[in-house]
Amino acid sequence: MTAEAHSTGSMAGDSPVIRDGELIARILSGERELFHELVRPYEKSVYFAAFSILQNEQDAEDAAQETVLKALKNLGNFRAESKFSTWLISIAMNEARARLRHARVLKFESVDESPPDEEGGFTPSVISDWREVPSQALERKELRELLQKAIASLPEKYRAVLVLRDVEEFSITESAAALRVSEGVVKTRLLRARLMMQKILAPQLASKRGGLFGSFRNRAGGSWF
Amino acid sequence: MVLNCKHVWAQISDYIEGDVAPELREAIEEHLAHCRHCAAVLDSTRNILVLIADDRTFELPVGYSERLHARLQEEIASSE
Repeated sequence: MTAEAHSTGSMAGDSPVIRDGELIARILSGERELFHELVRPYEKSVYFAAFSILQNEQDAEDAAQETVLKALKNLGNFRAESKFSTWLISIAMNEARARLRHARVLKFESVDESPPDEEGGFTPSVISDWREVPSQALERKELRELLQKAIASLPEKYRAVLVLRDVEEFSITESAAALRVSEGVVKTRLLRARLMMQKILAPQLASKRGGLFGSFRNRAGGSWF
Repeated sequence: MVLNCKHVWAQISDYIEGDVAPELREAIEEHLAHCRHCAAVLDSTRNILVLIADDRTFELPVGYSERLHARLQEEIASSE
């Protein structure tokens, strides 16, 4: 779900940037109640950005609330050269990381410390064929939990970029702005995050054929889904 | 341009993004046409990305939005 996809509301038809710009001007002129409308399209992304760092529902919700309050307080400092959505998400990321540091549970992980193979890359799970897992199978809690656990197992910097780009569907440019890193860094982390997900999940999902999700069958009468 | 499997893996994310030069795209597709392992890696990666983007995979806590806006309203009201 993209940030833009949410961005209709009271000014439906305008682009998100124009909508946000108009709302911000009115809020700064004193119509503070409109801040509810400004953040509503992005509140889900704020939560999942915080959750990608904190990995705990209550902590992520607390961080999301604090993010929104800080954005209200500092709205006068927002500069229109960036999107409001990416500015908001960068506040959420900072808030979540600050809470981790405060809780003294920050694990120091960096792209350089992650175990590369001989050529500095990551190897996927090499399989000989793949049969598609249809979205319909997400009705199964077991599948949702497999996916959630796989993302949770990634080092934080990979998890954060994967959540922004592939869960919340921010663009590469927006993800870079929200994370305050270059687009090149986003692409590098994204490659590794995606290959790590494939390496973790492809064998697990393949092994579930006909088992855990076996009640789903495709129209061709396949052995699973 | 002839690519081996590791070259293809290194490009797979940009390939999914549609962010590779035409000549490189052609070389990747040439490799994929003849390497069932890399084709399966691409298919499984794409499949996993579709699944994690689905709204059913990650759900907001019940009442999250209501609590967020109630807290925000407190702040707005207190500053007026």
